[in-house]
Amino acid sequence: MLVVDDDPALAEMLTIVLRSEGFDTAVVSEGTKAMPAVRELKPDVVLLDLMLPGMNGIDVCKAIRAEFGVPIVMLTAKSDTVDVVLGLESGADDYVVKPFKPKELVARLRTRLRRTDADPDEHLTLGDLTIDVPGHLVSRGGRPILLTPLEFDLLLALVRKPRQVFTREVLLEQVWGYRHAADTRLVNVHVQRLRSKVERDPEHPEVVLTVRGVGYKAGAP
Amino acid sequence: MRSLAGRLADSLHRATSQARELAAVAGTMWRRSIQVRVVASTVALSSTVVLVLGMVLQTQIAQRLIDNKTQAALLQAENSRVLVESELGAVDPSSASLAGRLTTAVDRLTNPDPTGEGLAAANAGAYEPVLVNGGYSAGAAGGGQKVGPLDDVPAVLRAAVERGALAHKITTVQRGSASVTMLAVGMPVDSAGRSMQLYLLFPLTADQRTLLLVQSTLVAGGLVLLVLVAGIASLVTRQVVVPVRQAAEIAERFAGGHLEERIAVVGEDEMARLGTSFNEMAASIQRQIRRLEEFGELQRGFTSDVSHELRTPLTTVRMAADLLYDSRDNLHPTLHRSAELLVNELDRFEALLADLLEISRLDAGVADLHSETVDVCSTVTHAVSAVRAVADRAGTPLELDLPAEEVFAEIDPRRVERIVRNLLTNALDHGEGRPVEVTVAADSGAIAVLVRDHGIGLKPGDQDLVFTRFWRGDPSRDRRTGGTGLGLSISLEDARLHGGWLQACGTPGEGSAFRLTLPRRQGTPLTSSPLPLDGQDATSPTPPVPAGPGGQ
Repeated sequence: MLVVDDDPALAEMLTIVLRSEGFDTAVVSEGTKAMPAVRELKPDVVLLDLMLPGMNGIDVCKAIRAEFGVPIVMLTAKSDTVDVVLGLESGADDYVVKPFKPKELVARLRTRLRRTDADPDEHLTLGDLTIDVPGHLVSRGGRPILLTPLEFDLLLALVRKPRQVFTREVLLEQVWGYRHAADTRLVNVHVQRLRSKVERDPEHPEVVLTVRGVGYKAGAP
Repeated sequence: MRSLAGRLADSLHRATSQARELAAVAGTMWRRSIQVRVVASTVALSSTVVLVLGMVLQTQIAQRLIDNKTQAALLQAENSRVLVESELGAVDPSSASLAGRLTTAVDRLTNPDPTGEGLAAANAGAYEPVLVNGGYSAGAAGGGQKVGPLDDVPAVLRAAVERGALAHKITTVQRGSASVTMLAVGMPVDSAGRSMQLYLLFPLTADQRTLLLVQSTLVAGGLVLLVLVAGIASLVTRQVVVPVRQAAEIAERFAGGHLEERIAVVGEDEMARLGTSFNEMAASIQRQIRRLEEFGELQRGFTSDVSHELRTPLTTVRMAADLLYDSRDNLHPTLHRSAELLVNELDRFEALLADLLEISRLDAGVADLHSETVDVCSTVTHAVSAVRAVADRAGTPLELDLPAEEVFAEIDPRRVERIVRNLLTNALDHGEGRPVEVTVAADSGAIAVLVRDHGIGLKPGDQDLVFTRFWRGDPSRDRRTGGTGLGLSISLEDARLHGGWLQACGTPGEGSAFRLTLPRRQGTPLTSSPLPLDGQDATSPTPPVPAGPGGQ
């Protein structure tokens, strides 16, 4: 687990809490040092503060996402709409607004680290897409499509129940692990990201369909 | 007859209404245009001057004409008297041929000797002589002999002449069908002891014609003068009015938000001074507005900075406190309680910080309305379920009364949920454990949410104060849910952001009610609320919008 935060007190406190929860934690205090650390340590999850000296948190997020599918959870002091959406669009999987309770943070991180339990040889198909569930692989016509774990979970949740329409709230619960009503923009942004990867034409989706006024469902198998 | 009278009345009515319209138009022009006013008053004043001047001139000219005529007539009369006296000097007064001689004398007067230079010199124009023998009033024998139209000589003149005086008078006589004004000159003629009178009647036709010509010239001249004066006044006023109009247009555009508008300054006259000062004023206003904008910008940045700078250490404290709290069972009882207090107060601190940031954002005007069309009932239900736990703990029943069908409205669901939550928290705080009722209703233009409690209520005059920041109805009361004191202020601002109302009313000891009214479509003004607030008509056209401090 990698913590990217410029505030030494907060970074230390995060380390104490996360270690006590059994996470192996490393800290970097500058945005520019984040990428080398990710390459070197190969963390399972990155906890990233949005406001950083040296390199903007959003730029760091984009840089990491360009190379790795590692789950990213943002720490933000701004609950303002623009910031959160910007963070999600640049590749963050989830966000936590300061000040947060330690349990809340740990719950968010655990959800991101959770591995979907699956049969050893569960293979799903949707149109010309093939999903190798235990291998976490999605491919179209033999060519692999790189999805982040979150995008994979999202796709899997939809494809496993092809006829069901998922409301955003249900997806938030199943994929993000939110038990209470949360920010539905999380779903909207990640559906867009998923579509940009798995759809042949993201303007006319065939894999993830929008059901107006309700939510989303998987396309015809 | 009746129909005719009706038609008359009709047309009269139409005429009066048309006249009224015309008067209204004229009144509007009079009020709206300096040009019209200046031209009208100039023309009015000039016509008075021209009229008075014309009258004086005309009177003077007429007087002069009469005077000249009289002088010439008197001269002529004197010459005529000499002529008549010489003609009649040798005549026997008692002779029967007197009449014939008289005629001859008169003939001499009317057809003067071509060589008689005295007559020609008089230049008094043509005249009609009248020669009378004897007094008109005497009635003596042999008297009454006359030549010429004696009847045309006025009696007053004859009386004066018979007394032996030279006299003249203007009179009007009948000639055929026309009446002619004449100057009558009379004098006694002394001939052989007989008393005779000679009258000369000078027609004033030529002089009248001259006077008429003068009059018409004066009238025409006056009219031309008036038209010219009107034109000049109009032109001169235009010179002043046109720049003023331009300035007014530019000022209007400036007021409309085009802060770059400036008046073009030409020359150094008063208009140029006006333009210069206007431009200076505009520049100063523009500077002020820019400064305010920068201040708003600063405020926005400050809000964001405070948000980050305060929240980061608060997060650290929060985590440390939670660690302590989690292991409180291993701590000394004093420390145990301290950890509890620390965590509880941190919760309050966080809520206060969040509310302060929210209200400063609302004050800075940077809060955006993310409105979408949603079912208001579900939003209200969310808010109710959010406070359900607190209500259960306080033992307060929550009663929800929703309309049978879904109520869609264009609202920002997060803000509306927050408003309802704040109202509910407030009701739980002051409800004394008695039931709290939530009612939702809608009509074509608006939706309303009414939250009513049966607790301590509101004192008269408090219904506006409740929206004041950090206001407490009864300072000795404790706060059960630990409200920040900003909830209702934020709710009021949120309602305003929607273009809606948030109103309160209550009776001490019986409870209070808060009504939120929002337009179903953003941008449409509210006129009434679908739900009545106690003691107030729901369709009241001008419901009082409570004025919280810091409101726009």
